[in-house]
Amino acid sequence: MPRIFSPEEISEVVEMLLFQDLDIRSVTLSLNLQDCISATESVITSCIEEKVGLYSKRLTEAVNNVSEKYGIKIVTKRIAVTPISIIVEPIARKSFEEACSTAINIAKSLDRIAISSQIDYIGGYAAFVHKGFTQGDRVVIETLPRVLATTQTVAAMVNAASTATGINVDAVIDVSRKIVETAYSTPKGTGCARFTVMANAPEDNPFIPGAYHGLGEPEATINVAVSGPGVIEATINKLGDNVDMRTLHDTIKRAAFKITRLGELIGREVAKELGIQFGIVDLSLAPSPKIGDSVARILEAMGLEYAGAPGSLAALYILTDAVKKGGTMATSSIGGLSGAFIPVSEDWGMSRAAEVGAITIDRLEAMMMVCNTGIDMVAIPGDVPVETIAAIILDVMAAAIALDKTLGVRIIPVPGAKAGDKVDFGGLLGSTVVMDIPRFNCRKFVERKGLIPPSIKRLDKG
Amino acid sequence: MDKGSEELVVISVIGADRPGIVAGITTVLAKHNVNIVDIAQTVVRGIFSMIMIVDLSTGNISLSKLREELSMKGRELGVEVSVNHIDVFKAMQRV
Repeated sequence: MPRIFSPEEISEVVEMLLFQDLDIRSVTLSLNLQDCISATESVITSCIEEKVGLYSKRLTEAVNNVSEKYGIKIVTKRIAVTPISIIVEPIARKSFEEACSTAINIAKSLDRIAISSQIDYIGGYAAFVHKGFTQGDRVVIETLPRVLATTQTVAAMVNAASTATGINVDAVIDVSRKIVETAYSTPKGTGCARFTVMANAPEDNPFIPGAYHGLGEPEATINVAVSGPGVIEATINKLGDNVDMRTLHDTIKRAAFKITRLGELIGREVAKELGIQFGIVDLSLAPSPKIGDSVARILEAMGLEYAGAPGSLAALYILTDAVKKGGTMATSSIGGLSGAFIPVSEDWGMSRAAEVGAITIDRLEAMMMVCNTGIDMVAIPGDVPVETIAAIILDVMAAAIALDKTLGVRIIPVPGAKAGDKVDFGGLLGSTVVMDIPRFNCRKFVERKGLIPPSIKRLDKG
Repeated sequence: MDKGSEELVVISVIGADRPGIVAGITTVLAKHNVNIVDIAQTVVRGIFSMIMIVDLSTGNISLSKLREELSMKGRELGVEVSVNHIDVFKAMQRV
């Protein structure tokens, strides 16, 4: 009888799992909460407690069962809910203050459920303001600092730009103020790690803080985020220095195929256990602060001294393109961000590259052209003016709509810190050096306010 | 090839070579009536490596309990034991 698998095939997978940190970064349950909309706070909170409470217990159970069955580590369990701005609209119509208090109570309630059911994060404290504000949107933005300071697991997102509508500069300014306020109301500004401002936020993103349950989604669905930078790094190291670019690309593509297949297997099984629809696999390789789990190290394995060195865009392009091509062969359920992540503090190699000056704001802005990270987990001095933060966000939003892609900004002003200081956010958030920010004045530009019109790409839709 | 009733699991053992590794691992399997479908073993430069495909359907132990017992045995023997459902390998190694 022929062997089912050759020993080499089995060893390859076992090595990936044991020594190259291949795991499932997150299983995210995306859950509709529109049935909890009410003009009475107690009705909303009891509905959320019942529904999210039930689903979160079942999610934890299903994830544990599947992890046990397959022998695969699932690092985090998350829930993404309908944007809270929509949930509070009826109360916001009556009173803005009352709606703010309700929104905070909803967030606290979600936080309690998450903690008691061992859910790592709950995403969806979100507002979509890329063309303007509703009262519910204003409530979410107003309460961001309070929510991020008083909860541990709630993640927030504001979508401030889209290719179809342009950039809401007013929203970017408001959000920048809230980023600073959040920084000063949480230790080391860590609350900002649970907030992102995005352009073209996808409805099925399994990653925090951008995850929310989109309006086009079914009642409940499972979205999966894979890890596996270590697998790609090890694969490239095995190739050695003397292979050409095409072979490099092909080898990454093959490894990405295997990683994605594992994500799909686990996602489908968790969905089956829960009796709900399987949603998507996000092809992005999520890094972590562990040395062997770094996207920057992949670029370095390709032959760069540090991520950020000249050649980094080309290297990152090879990686992102190969991951997309390998991943798309592996699953027909593609979604989320599906690119490459280079969050500075959360990626061991990115953090080291920032320390030696190879990674700067300018390099990140360049690298986001060929991935979908934007400016992510970047610590900046606590005294950077609000208008400078707003201008940095505007730059990222502009790149996103010009290139018709998803990008985000997760920036952390660290109170009292100067450029060059080291800051440790703890756990998966990692540690990093506080980055220098250009101090050239941009206030007059930002304070023009209003909307930047959509790009010419909008006319392609007509 | 696969019979519907089979519940195939891949056991992989790796570590410094020493007497008794195969005996230690297979004793656990025999104790629970778990059938070995395929086995391959090598020693390269003192590193012992063994891969087994076993069928749990003949046995009286669950996958998670078997993993627990084998990991414990692995610690005794000073080797790393990994136990994964065969579907992981089907997903990753077959188009």
